Amino acid sequence: MPIEIKMPALSPTMEEGTLAKWLVKEGDVVKSGDIMAEIETDKATMEFEAVDEGTIGKILVAEGTDNVKVGTVIATLTAEGEEPDAGGEAKPAAAAPAPEQKLEATPAPKQAETGTQQLADAAKHKAEVSDPAIPEGTEMVTLTLREALRDAMAEEMRADKRIFVMGEEVAQYQGAYKVTQGLLEEFGDKRVIDTPITEYGFAGIGTGAAMGGLRPIVEFMTFNFAMQAIDHIVNSAAKTNYMSGGQMRCPIVFRGPNAAASRVGAQHSQNYAPWYASVPGLIVIAPYDAADAKGLLKAAIRTEDPVVFLENELLYGRTFEVPKLDDYVLPIGKARIMREGKDVTIVSYSIGVGLALEAAEKLAAEGIDAEVLDLRTLRPLDTESVLKSLKKTNRLVVAEEGWPTCSIASEIQALCMEQGFDDLDAPVLRVTNEDVPMPYAANLEKLMLVNADKIVAAVKQVTYRG
Amino acid sequence: MAKAPAAVKALPPVPNRERPDEPKAYEASKEELLEFYKQMLLIRRFEEKAGQLYGLGLIGGFCHLYIGQEAVAVGLQSGLDGDKDSVITGYRDHGHMLAYGIDPKVIMAELTGRGAGISRGKGGSMHMFSTEKKFYGGHGIVGAQVSLGTGLAFAHKYNEDGGVAMAYFGDGASNQGQVYESFNMAELWKLPIIYVIENNEYAMGTSVNRSSAEDQLFRRGESFRIPGIQVDGMDVLACRGAAEEALAWVRAGKGPIILEMKTYRYRGHSMSDPAKYRSRDEVQAVRDKSDPIDHVKKLLDAQGVTEAELKTVDQEIRKIVNEAADFAEQAPEPEAAELYTDILVETY
Repeated sequence: MPIEIKMPALSPTMEEGTLAKWLVKEGDVVKSGDIMAEIETDKATMEFEAVDEGTIGKILVAEGTDNVKVGTVIATLTAEGEEPDAGGEAKPAAAAPAPEQKLEATPAPKQAETGTQQLADAAKHKAEVSDPAIPEGTEMVTLTLREALRDAMAEEMRADKRIFVMGEEVAQYQGAYKVTQGLLEEFGDKRVIDTPITEYGFAGIGTGAAMGGLRPIVEFMTFNFAMQAIDHIVNSAAKTNYMSGGQMRCPIVFRGPNAAASRVGAQHSQNYAPWYASVPGLIVIAPYDAADAKGLLKAAIRTEDPVVFLENELLYGRTFEVPKLDDYVLPIGKARIMREGKDVTIVSYSIGVGLALEAAEKLAAEGIDAEVLDLRTLRPLDTESVLKSLKKTNRLVVAEEGWPTCSIASEIQALCMEQGFDDLDAPVLRVTNEDVPMPYAANLEKLMLVNADKIVAAVKQVTYRG
Repeated sequence: MAKAPAAVKALPPVPNRERPDEPKAYEASKEELLEFYKQMLLIRRFEEKAGQLYGLGLIGGFCHLYIGQEAVAVGLQSGLDGDKDSVITGYRDHGHMLAYGIDPKVIMAELTGRGAGISRGKGGSMHMFSTEKKFYGGHGIVGAQVSLGTGLAFAHKYNEDGGVAMAYFGDGASNQGQVYESFNMAELWKLPIIYVIENNEYAMGTSVNRSSAEDQLFRRGESFRIPGIQVDGMDVLACRGAAEEALAWVRAGKGPIILEMKTYRYRGHSMSDPAKYRSRDEVQAVRDKSDPIDHVKKLLDAQGVTEAELKTVDQEIRKIVNEAADFAEQAPEPEAAELYTDILVETY
């Protein structure tokens, strides 16, 4: 039996890629470690090495083919001493036409279905969302979230020379998650600065530079690593304006991916939104789609206050419609009604919004009309929009990809109790991750994470349709 | 009979890279010396008064006095250019502020928690700033000012404004991890910063020897190729001389430099520290033999300044300090509404 060579997953979140180039041809003998092909993901071009030894049988996917799903058989390999496929002679490469019809992924039973996959898939959902901030008739362009973030930084950097970006791998490597792609080329190494792996140190240097009059954007490879730097974010950046009686400004943006990525375990999967959102003196923003990410990052860079800007790695590669406007800046501190509804309000932020929208569609099919409110800014919280929606629907569920205890969800519950009690027809429920560290195993990860079905169940509970 | 070997004069070791010269004691004019004396005395009297007000309950919380270390701030900062060079320090910050020309009244009023204080009464002893004077705090977390100061240096270089950052920290902070993260980046990027380690021998109650594997703190930059100089921090002229050498190094674009100032604090770590970890005799010996103000007094005497002239200076200083204390006692506390101001700059 020939060995099937399958399209590899070259990153935890990769689902498909481009088979850019074959470096071997049919009939070539390969041994383990030989580079067989170049494969492009949305982030980089990677080399694909042989693991088994033998002779390349058939090349099934021609080079230059886009959107090859992970797991698709792209070639066959005849191991040494084995008969080639079906006793057939290994034909010269030119003779084999690339069989297009084989592009569908073959079922890969070994590949685990993960909870993070569900989170990411919810964002792919083409839900109808509303955005009153965008004028009627505005031309829209399709951008990935990472492109929108990059564009926001580049536009602001063109306008203000005090702005610079620093962090691990932001310059020559083009960003660990390619968010800063192209910035080094345009702005040079004075303004796009690779740092050593010393979060505490460079967060402090960025904060000091902001105190000295510059406008730093400090990228954390992930906010999990920002725990090393949290002293400067909280004690130095957030509190100094107050402690100095308003003299010492600290206009800095700390940004990077926050919360769960895919299958990276407990230390790389925490949502820090509630931590930062508890600190007076900080602005905390956690956008969901690319338009909000762009408009809010531009606002974050411009404000005089220190900002924690929480992105989500699972969303970086997702495409969204972004208005094609010269200077698209959104107000900080304003929630957005993503979907109007009258029966219940689902409040969420960041990647949870995708789940909330998915849940709303499922609920619509059952005759429940859910309103989805994206908080967007977590500090200052747009309490007015939450209470207004509650007044309209009288029932509220908070969906949060994060732990339940001392969460944004519990804050919203407290808000509804204190200021919206008379509007409540049911207790406010929170739908969150389980109260455990993030496990590695795919099935456990899936159990740990919030999902649309859990939101649907909570909504049924508060609408008494359970 | 075997001859005794001829005495070989040991040659100084040849450094494998450029090093700053050994600093020379600064040659101060009589006027400059008198100015140093005034500033050091102002710090001493101010701190004594602060200690007194603390005892009366007018100052609360933590209050770290600079008594004994006056020569360091005065000697070093007299060499800076107040229009472009920035200063940052930790929580023992009153002396550095006075040496940078900040009004004693608003400092004392901050200590008493009044609305007229430099931080409108919201900062306190450890958290005072004057962006106008390029004094960037006043930071309460041990070692934070080292990274922040490195950021100020980053801004000087980025803006090409010719300024230098001076970041003070103690022997205790010199063991903090972020200090070395900052050293690394400062040397890598050749940032214009003078790291000043004020080694007063005790990190709260723990002596340098008990807390530091390398107790010669001026060597702490070696593995980052940052040169260090050990300086007599009780001698204002040695301090100023070291500042000159360090400034020449940094302004020439050679990157950071470390000055270890050997000094001593006479009082406890803070007002609530009974200082049981050292003997009364040890403190008294330093006071008797190495007091930085007595040292200047002797120099002034040698320059022909009379006891009567010094007395006039003393009275002048006492007057300034008493006025600051009166101001700080009489100024009203902040308005209740101030509780909610200065949290964010913008309105959302």
